[in-house]
Amino acid sequence: MSSAPVIACHQLTKAYHDISRGETVVACKDITLRIDRGEFITVVGPSGCGKTSLLYILAGFETKTSGSIMIDGRPIQGPGPDRAVVFQEFALFPWLDLRRNVEFGPRERGVSRSDIDASVNQILRTVGLETAANRYPHELSAGMRQRAALARVLINDPKILLMDEPFAALDAQTRLALQRELSKLSAEMSLTVMFITHSVEEAVLLGDRVLVMSARPGQIMADISIPLPRPRDPTSLEFNEHRREIARLLEQASLSPVTAS
Amino acid sequence: MKPGRWPLGLLVPALLVLFWQIAGDLGWTPPGSIPTPVAVVESWYVWIFGPVTPLAWHSGTWTFYVLLSLRRVAAGFAIASVTGVTFGLLLGWYALVNDLFDGLINFLRAIPTTAWVPFTVFFFGIHESAAVFLIAFGAFFPIAMSVAAGARQTPRTLTRAALMLGTPPRRLLRRVVLPATLPSTFAGLRIGLGLSWVLVIVSEMLAVQGGLGYALWSAYQVNRLDLIVDAIVSVGVLGLMSDWLLVQLSRITLRWQRGLVGQ
Repeated sequence: MSSAPVIACHQLTKAYHDISRGETVVACKDITLRIDRGEFITVVGPSGCGKTSLLYILAGFETKTSGSIMIDGRPIQGPGPDRAVVFQEFALFPWLDLRRNVEFGPRERGVSRSDIDASVNQILRTVGLETAANRYPHELSAGMRQRAALARVLINDPKILLMDEPFAALDAQTRLALQRELSKLSAEMSLTVMFITHSVEEAVLLGDRVLVMSARPGQIMADISIPLPRPRDPTSLEFNEHRREIARLLEQASLSPVTAS
Repeated sequence: MKPGRWPLGLLVPALLVLFWQIAGDLGWTPPGSIPTPVAVVESWYVWIFGPVTPLAWHSGTWTFYVLLSLRRVAAGFAIASVTGVTFGLLLGWYALVNDLFDGLINFLRAIPTTAWVPFTVFFFGIHESAAVFLIAFGAFFPIAMSVAAGARQTPRTLTRAALMLGTPPRRLLRRVVLPATLPSTFAGLRIGLGLSWVLVIVSEMLAVQGGLGYALWSAYQVNRLDLIVDAIVSVGVLGLMSDWLLVQLSRITLRWQRGLVGQ
């Protein structure tokens, strides 16, 4: 693993003006963070702790207020296919069938027709959706939609995968299957992943490191390495020790005063 | 309406027509005032199949008049659709366009299109273009407004998803906003089409020659209530059919949306 971090934040702060309440809200504050190539980072924190803001700044959807954030030593300039985003609400294009949703990225980047066909078929097989290629998003189950959303970004061959509570809307069974597949895929494709979740179990199951963020203004309270081998057994003693520790930190985070905004 | 429900849907109109006929036959209405359905059908037959003669405009001219009205609606509605959708997208998507035109559009929208009739006739004369202009102008606003409202509501996650997948910002309008706006576009087109039929009748009564609105007014001037009813029903049938066509078109275009409602 190379020593240069893929993502380096230094005292990153995001504040925005809430028009409806007429006040300035500090979403996240003084975030200093290094993420190495191929690392799987999970982020937990109370609602409104700015974890989504951090993710959206990385995605290029939002801009930072102060501090610095670099990807491969370069500042972020808008969204791009090198940083894949998977949204909680899937965000598939409802007017395109599954195949066309997956093709969307390569088409926009001007990849040739024959190359697109080959890679679409391959990626659909990877996520197990080859038989559903002609269906529209509303005809797919929630699990299939999230697989499709994953296929749609993986076909772009991204370096970084940003996921905003991607499995929150899925039933337990489907979530478990997708967690396993994501863990496998990200390792195979040596993706650098930032994965936001509400579930402590999910954070420990997937993360090489778990970031615990405090309530608004969101700061990094703890950065915990999970040195357990994969695939991880959520019933094991070590797993649950990590889980307990993070749950305890999270409880503290939720209790910490919100007054300073 | 489901196919199985048709008979029930036709029952009420059929009963109304029956009542109308009986009322006429029993002399409940003053003689010579309201024609019975049979009389209406008889004069309609003459209007459609009668010999064309310079002596009576209402003999054998129905098809020609229908085609005249249809052509005006088609031309006006086509212009309104293209300009309305284009302008609506720009209005809804670009804040600058919205800021520039919002006031003007709201002002123009507040003026009933019929108020433009004298101006239009003065400007275009008794000419096809007067009717086409009036229809295009009137139908433009509901289409543009509906499209703009739809474009404004384009889900943010969808535009973000497209940007993240490599769509350049200037192409978002075509790739995301346009398709996302299709449901409200069709809603606007339906309103615009209905208004087109209103305006073709108005302009034919006041501004141009020939067509169903012209027949309507001519019949009024010679006290032919039977022909008036014929013309009214004709417009109703044409309006219904054109709306049906538009709905079919929207079903094909929006098949990706089927099942979304109620989910």
